Formats: sequence, C-alpha cells, structure tokens
Amino acid sequence: MWDYSDKVKEHFFEPRNAGVLEGANGVGDVGSISCGDALRLMLKVEPETDIILDAHFQTFGCGSAIASSSALTEMIKGKTLDEALKVSNQDIADYLDGLPPEKMHCSVMGREALQAAVANYRGEEWSDDHEEGALVCKCFAIDAVMIEDTIRANNLSSVQDVTNYTKAGGGCSSCHEGIEEILVKVMSERGESFNPGAQPKEEAPKGGMTNLQRIKKIEAVLESVRPQLKRDGGDIELLDVDGKTIYVSMTGACAGCQMEALTLQGIQQKLMEELKEFIKIVPTKAGALSRASCQP
Amino acid sequence: MEGIYFDNNATTRVDPAVVEAMLPYFTEQFGNPSSMHSFGNKVGLAIKKARMQVQELLGAEHDSEIIFTSCGTESDSTALISALKAQPERKEIITTTVEHPAILTLCTWLEKDGYKVHLLKVDGKGRLDMAEYKKLLTDQVAVVSVMWANNETGTFFPVVEMAELANAAGAMFHTDAVQAVGKVPLNLKDTKIDMLSVSGHKLHAPKGIGVLYLKRGTRFRPLLRGGHQERGRRAGTENTTSIVGLGKAAEMAMEAMHHENTEVARLRDKLEAGILAKVPRSFVTGDPSNRLPNTSNIAFEFIEGEAILLLLNKFGIAASSGSACTSGSLEPSHVMRAMGIPYTAAHGTVRFSLSRYSTEAEVDRVIAVVPEIIAQLRKLSPYWEGDGPAAEPEKAFAPTYA
Repeated sequence: MWDYSDKVKEHFFEPRNAGVLEGANGVGDVGSISCGDALRLMLKVEPETDIILDAHFQTFGCGSAIASSSALTEMIKGKTLDEALKVSNQDIADYLDGLPPEKMHCSVMGREALQAAVANYRGEEWSDDHEEGALVCKCFAIDAVMIEDTIRANNLSSVQDVTNYTKAGGGCSSCHEGIEEILVKVMSERGESFNPGAQPKEEAPKGGMTNLQRIKKIEAVLESVRPQLKRDGGDIELLDVDGKTIYVSMTGACAGCQMEALTLQGIQQKLMEELKEFIKIVPTKAGALSRASCQP
Repeated sequence: MEGIYFDNNATTRVDPAVVEAMLPYFTEQFGNPSSMHSFGNKVGLAIKKARMQVQELLGAEHDSEIIFTSCGTESDSTALISALKAQPERKEIITTTVEHPAILTLCTWLEKDGYKVHLLKVDGKGRLDMAEYKKLLTDQVAVVSVMWANNETGTFFPVVEMAELANAAGAMFHTDAVQAVGKVPLNLKDTKIDMLSVSGHKLHAPKGIGVLYLKRGTRFRPLLRGGHQERGRRAGTENTTSIVGLGKAAEMAMEAMHHENTEVARLRDKLEAGILAKVPRSFVTGDPSNRLPNTSNIAFEFIEGEAILLLLNKFGIAASSGSACTSGSLEPSHVMRAMGIPYTAAHGTVRFSLSRYSTEAEVDRVIAVVPEIIAQLRKLSPYWEGDGPAAEPEKAFAPTYA
C-alpha cells in the first residue's frame, strides 16, 4: 500500500472540480490510456485579464493522479495564466504534502496538462518529447530513460558519474546493479565495455555559469525559501560552496527539527532545478546529511 | 465492522488451530532437531509428522520427497538452478510468459549466463499452445517450468500432460504450484512432475515457510549447502515452528478440500455474476471454465485499478489489481498483456480471491458496493461519457503527446 498523505487521500476521495467544464476555452490533454494515466485539464479564462475563472479536470489514473489533478485545479483558480504557469510539479506535490517517489510523475503530468491547456488557449502548439521509463532509483525518483539519455549525452562510464549527473544511486545504493546494466547497454552502443573500476569524471557540468553567478543563484534560491522557514521560526544561512557541495547552516527552530532532512531535500531539489546541475546540500551539523540524501 | 478480505491469492490468515499447533515449539519444544538430547528429539519427531502431512496433501509417494524451504521463491530458484547444474550439457529452459516473477526474473538473470529461455505464449483466455510447446521440446532443454494455476486469473495449465511430454524428451519438469496447493486435490505420485514449489502462507500457514517437492530419483544439486538438514538438500537450521504450522495447515486443507471446490466456488460464482450483472463494460479475464475455485479476475474498462482498490479499501474491502500503478511500474500486469487484454481494460483489472473463511454476507456486501465505486470513477474518466464510453475513446481524448 502506498504511503499517501492525508491530503492526497482527501483530494482522491473528494476530488475538487471534477468533470466537464462547460464553456472552457483552454483544454489540455496529456498521457494516454496505454500509459495508465490520462489527464484532461479544462480552463475558463477571462480574455481581458487572462485570469483563470474556473478549472476542471477529468482523469483516468491512480489515486495520486486524481489527487494531483484536483490539487492543480485548486491551485490555479484565480491566478493569471502567467502566474499559473509558475506552478511547478514540485509545488503540486508540496500542496499535497508530498507524493511517493514512484508517483512524482503524476505531479509532472499535472504540470504538463497545465502547459498544454494554456498553449491551447493561446492558440499555440505545445509539444513535449518527454518520455518516461521504469523507475530505477527510488530514493530520488529517477527513471531508466533519464539515466540512459544522460549517459549517452555525457559519455558517462561509471555508476559514480551517473550519480553525479542525475543523482540516481546516490541514496540507499540498492539500484546500483540496475545502473550498471544500463551502463553496459549504452556503453556497448558506443563500442566500449563497462569497467567497474573506472574512474569517474572530474566534475559535473556547471551549466555554463561563473562561480559568482552560481553563488548568486544559490543565494536567490535560499532567499526564496526563507520566508517559509521564518514563518516556522527558523532560518538558513549559506556557509560555503565547494564544487558541487553547498554547505549551509540551519538556525532557529529549523536546527534539529524533525522535518530538517525533508526541508533540506526540498531546497536541494530547488537548487538543482535552478542550477541545472547535480549538487549536494550539506548542513553543518554532522549526521543530518545522510538523512537528507535518502528519503525513500 | 471487520474488513472483508478477498485477497487470498496474495496471502491468507494463519488459522488459529495452526497457531496453536506452533506455539509449543517456540517455548518448551525449542530444541534443535539435529541435537542428540531429548530436547531435540521431540522436535525432530514433530518435523517428521509435518512432512507426512504435506506428503499427504501433495499425494507424494515418499515423505523424503518433501524438502522444507523458506518460501516459494526459494523453491523455484532451487529447482531451476539444480536442473541446470545437474545437466550442464542442456542449455535451454521452457517456461511461459505468464509465470510469477519468481520464475521470470530468475530466467532473465540466467539468460545473462548464456542459457536460452523460451517463453510460451498464451491466447486471449490465457491458454498455452501445446503444438508450440512440443516443437520447443528438444534434447537441449534442461527444464520446463510451468505454473499449476496462474495467480492473477486462476487459470489452470495442463501440467500433468506437459510433464509427460517433458519426460519423454528427457527434460525435467518443474511447476510453481503455490496457488494450487491446498485448493485443488493433487496426486503427484501418478505424474511425471519432478519438482513442485509450495508456499505456506497461501494455505493458512505462516509466511517464511515453503516446500520443494523433489520426486525420488530426480537428479538434484542443492542451492544452500552446509549442514545435513533435509538430508543435505537444503542446509540451514529448520524453521521448526513454521514447519509444524505448515503440517497442520496441510492437514486442514485436506479436510476442507471438498468445501473449497463446492462452497467457495459457489460464492465466487455468485460474486462474479452479481458484479457483471450490475456493471456495464466489465468482463472476466482468463479461462472461467478451467480455473481455481476461489479466484475471479474482472476487468473494468476505462478506469484504473489502483483507484478502484483505494475506494474498495475505504469500504473495508481488500482485493488486488493488475494495474501499473499498484506496482509502481508503468506497464499493466504482464499476464493481462500476454493475453492481449486491451489497455482500456488491462489497467482496470481487479482480482477477488476468496477462502474457506469467506461468507455469503461478505459476497453480498461486495456486490452492493462495487457498482457504485465503478460508476464514481467513470464519472472522472475522460474516456467515459454518461452511460458509456466516449464515442471512439482514443479519438475523444487527443493528447499533444502520448
């Protein structure tokens, strides 16, 4: 049985805004019945203001797919299209108090339906070649297609490389056999054979930023989460950036809070999305790191 | 209200009489059966009794053909690997596309070591093509492994006949019978089946105990080596309490065999007919004329299985689904796909599996609840409109990408 949060259950058992929306002027369909997940998002947008007056959904899918759809409609109602497009899949998951790693794709689908519906309203073409594979790393929800593509694009040849580039395998390590299998397959395509003793590449790409730009970006991300931490009586401070390790200190109520690891994981995720590279966030307090890096 | 447990193919409750039989072996009868003193001796006698109880249930010729293991999966692995080790000149395995992962995943792994694995296909009702099987049976085949009954649909395979054919071709025959043992009468002494896997927790014994039946004279190479337990065929100190429990459960399954095949089958049939009569666009998967007496697998079109299970659970009803989402994978059940069940239905299959503890009142309750749940979810589905599927559902829904 999935460990669904109460919020997910609530939105599944009593979905908001379910069913056809009469007079919708933006409709986004994503997924398909063969994938086991299909979502239709219907928007009623006020042309003068671009404000979403109403949003409905129809979903063929599991509990978390229905809950994600329901949450999405609640989140975007009353927003302008541009504001609504800022809703990320992580925001949907956060709204639901988290989703199991195997189910994060449900929130991704919600985000994509939103993009598709907005594009439809604006008369644009929206397409996504995004493809999902079988889940390999359960700690960080990384699938086989993502790992394969990353190995191919970056000429990777060790498990450590894969962890550095995608995060897969960086937690409990039980997926290392699976990652090795993908390496064997992709490396044989380029005429190489997998060597378990190979040295990992020096460093992950930095997304073409200077050190100063990176640090500014990191500061900006921390700044964006600060109000939330302060609301709970805590704070976060950037101490140092060493390659792909970012050292922070959690202060106030955040220090030693039971949710610290979860909070850090969320911040780490945001940082990775912003920096477009793999990074590791390390709280100065010893022991907290291991919890931060594996939350299966 | 106590919940309604219709998921007995997943696991079963341990019968209180089984627990009672086991209890003394945790405390006063704690000895190691291998020991010389009387602490051990009595335990050794209890294991001997359990072995005979299992022998009786399987219809085995000798009690020494019963090897206690830790689970059905261990029995499966031991059987296949033994057959390959014992006949190094034969490099092929025949099995089916609808086996349990305990066989399929093992076979995928063995392929990496250079073994050739033939997967027999099934038709829309889950039946094998015997002509294809006969063609594949060459002197290269070390072992054939075919399940007695499918865990999802309950469909039986003609294992007795297939074992005869394997035997004639000089190949060993193994069957994963974890779903069949205790539900249908077996008489292994009159068959050519060389090896058979049993899992205790499928027949009201505890989890963590299994059996590998090994016909006398079958060449064998143990998987676990070490001490002389189980005549050296499965080293490791015996799980005495669970062995005693499995013996008792085997005896009780024998006593309930008639009930299982009459009353349980009647309740299953009533449940199935009741649901089908009230829910449009639903159908039974597998071969209804040739299946386990307790199993019904029903496909509900245009909705997704996990959502059905969550709503059933809200009503205190436990069942299983072949949907992708319940397992965290992206594909629906390999059994449904092998039978060619369309995606519109494969994601919405629900397995109800009863036991001798199931009651008429429970069946009536499930028949009353299921139609509402299905209707509720179909209202949410983009593939459903009013009282039926959207006209041309694949066209009605036009994703920008799929």
